[in-house]
Amino acid sequence: MAKILDMPKLSPTMEEGQISAWHKKVGDSVGVDDLLAEVETDKATMEFRSFDKGTLLAILVPDGSVVKLGQPVAIVGAAGEDVSALVAQAGAASAKPAEAAPAPAATTSSAAHVATAAPAPAPSPAASTSDSGRPKASPYVRKLARERGLALGGVEGSGPGGRIVARDLDSLGASSPAHAAPRGSVPRDPAHGDRSTESRPLSMMRKTIARRLTESKQTVPHFYLTIDIDGDPLHELRQKLLEDLGASLGEGAPKLSFNDLLLKAVAIALVRVPSCNASFSADALLFHRRVDLSVAVAVEDGLVTPVVRDADHKSVLEIAREVRDLAKRARDKKLRPEEMAGGTFSVSNLGMFGIDEFSAVINPPEGAILAVGQMRREPVVRGEAIVPGRRMAMTLSCDHRVIDGAVGAAFLAELRKLLEHPSQILLY
Amino acid sequence: MSDTSNRELGSYDGPVREVRFREALRMGMAEEMDRDEKVFILGEEVGHYQGAYKVTEGLLERFGEKRVIDTPITESGFSGIAIGAAMVGLRPIVEYMTWNFSAVAFDQILNNAAKMRQMSGGQLHVPVVFRAPNGSAKQVGSQHSHAMEHFYAHVPGLKVVAPATCADAKGMLKTAIRDDDPVLFMESETLYNLKGLCPEDTDFTVPFGKARIAREGSDATIISWSRIVHVALEAAEELSKQGLEVQVIDLRSLRPLDEEALVASVAKTHRAVVAYEGWPYGGVGAEVVDRIQRLAFDELDAPIERVTTLDVPMPYNAKLEQLVIPQASRIVEAVKRVAYRG
Repeated sequence: MAKILDMPKLSPTMEEGQISAWHKKVGDSVGVDDLLAEVETDKATMEFRSFDKGTLLAILVPDGSVVKLGQPVAIVGAAGEDVSALVAQAGAASAKPAEAAPAPAATTSSAAHVATAAPAPAPSPAASTSDSGRPKASPYVRKLARERGLALGGVEGSGPGGRIVARDLDSLGASSPAHAAPRGSVPRDPAHGDRSTESRPLSMMRKTIARRLTESKQTVPHFYLTIDIDGDPLHELRQKLLEDLGASLGEGAPKLSFNDLLLKAVAIALVRVPSCNASFSADALLFHRRVDLSVAVAVEDGLVTPVVRDADHKSVLEIAREVRDLAKRARDKKLRPEEMAGGTFSVSNLGMFGIDEFSAVINPPEGAILAVGQMRREPVVRGEAIVPGRRMAMTLSCDHRVIDGAVGAAFLAELRKLLEHPSQILLY
Repeated sequence: MSDTSNRELGSYDGPVREVRFREALRMGMAEEMDRDEKVFILGEEVGHYQGAYKVTEGLLERFGEKRVIDTPITESGFSGIAIGAAMVGLRPIVEYMTWNFSAVAFDQILNNAAKMRQMSGGQLHVPVVFRAPNGSAKQVGSQHSHAMEHFYAHVPGLKVVAPATCADAKGMLKTAIRDDDPVLFMESETLYNLKGLCPEDTDFTVPFGKARIAREGSDATIISWSRIVHVALEAAEELSKQGLEVQVIDLRSLRPLDEEALVASVAKTHRAVVAYEGWPYGGVGAEVVDRIQRLAFDELDAPIERVTTLDVPMPYNAKLEQLVIPQASRIVEAVKRVAYRG
């Protein structure tokens, strides 16, 4: 029996998707797990795979179409089946809002009796939280989340009433290289005197950034703590390490940035002040026993936050290599969604853009983010003399629901000790 | 040999014979009567009439009137005689015309068969088998369509089994006869004509407390027993066409219950539907749901569903009766709900 395929939920935050390319033509046979199309979601370009076997009988939306979740996109069935009725039904469904899912066809009178007795399929919900704010998830999903270190806070459920069910996590796992060319041409008119405003359509990523950061600033009570550290010891350590690596490895010596050393120092400081490695949830404070650092990476049309897992257990060089790999793949749009999920603390460094100091917006459900400025050359007081020196400012944004001022200050004091006496960073 | 037959025979690889369910039961009883002269049969019409459903056909001729005894229409009386005989060392097999009639012998089963071992401090035991067709048949009315396993499985001291295949009918009946405690053996009027392969080996037995995997699958588990196993297999076939592969568990032993098989299956599929005859309030299916939610809580991706007889006395009207009895279509819908499909 032919059936309508709807736009699937391919990322936890997806509300609509753009069909980048169909990989099957009408008339092609389709097997379970065959790639049907690539769909650009708010996060990445994802593979839309078949759950059914049969023949692709109709494609309802052409390449390039933007389709709301749950809207019909294709019809699969037995070869030669008449699908005109289904096409009409699909047309009617797409004319309605997203929640107008087609009713399952009853096969017998007793099935019909049961179908009416059963709870109606719930519309795709906007949020998967109960009234108490606790994510609604099946026990199996909670077990998987514990095993995989996933936070369920941002995940939207496809089950009844928005329950997060196992397949919602599966869709986090299956992905393909991202591709997110900005949609719509950018009108360029350099002609002198043009005072018009240019309108650029929102990309999927921009929509996500807008939604998540608005939610953070509106619901998370931020406060900010700033320190300004003596940067000379860190500078000297880095110079010495670059020299030594160059002496033994020559041209092939790995690159090493201030940020790599800083990430390791942050990881050690979080181990020493674990109450800063925490998240707020509706019914409990969550103290993470893993240190998974989200690292903000600017990309062409926005930013992403890939996660360096277990940073406290990795050497500085391992972190350096991993950050370079993640950043490169972020710029190439090749990160998988799960590589950008599940961090416990964020670091955002704008030093390379010449920023002295700034404060960052917390990346929920994490409890804090460290905003790092550039290494500044400036006159500093050493003893009774003013001498040329280096300073580096950093600001910690804290979620006051879980991290209080004294806790944030203790973390920064620990971080300052590590960065001003930095050779110890290499020991962990 | 089909995959299904393989699953019915388990690890047995000796000689087999195709028989009907009623013949498999008869084979089991005759073999045990040959093996142990203490085994005898009593009940209404088991002898000269050859059994209300011809299960005991030929046994009177073969074993004589001392071992195949026609009783008056007095379930309470001959159940009590059997329990007493068992207490002094015989191994009676009581055949009721249907389990519905055991209701008038309920006191004997509940208060004597089930209690003697404990009340005598282990001095007495009651190796009796009660067997009869159970559940719905075809238009036998509300008083003759009961699923009685739910009443009896409630009672500590009783074992309750309900096979679905010919091999299990023989193998479990032999285990029941050899058991030193009372065993309630649930058959089905609509299974008596079922054909299947049955081991000819007289040492073949099927242990209690071990479920059988009737079909392999990983998308959901259907747990069932007795006749409804076949309905579940029919549902599984339909679900397969719709892209869902379900594992069908034939519990076959209701008390003791194979918790390990339930947990292992749900750990694999994360979704469960329990399908059986019997009303939805309480009962063996509710017990199965309790074990799964307690022992495999973290494996569940959906609430466990039950497909039961509807919560009414059985209608006589043929169409209404079919509506009330669990059908494959209802199982299909329940599986799709727990699998979040459609």
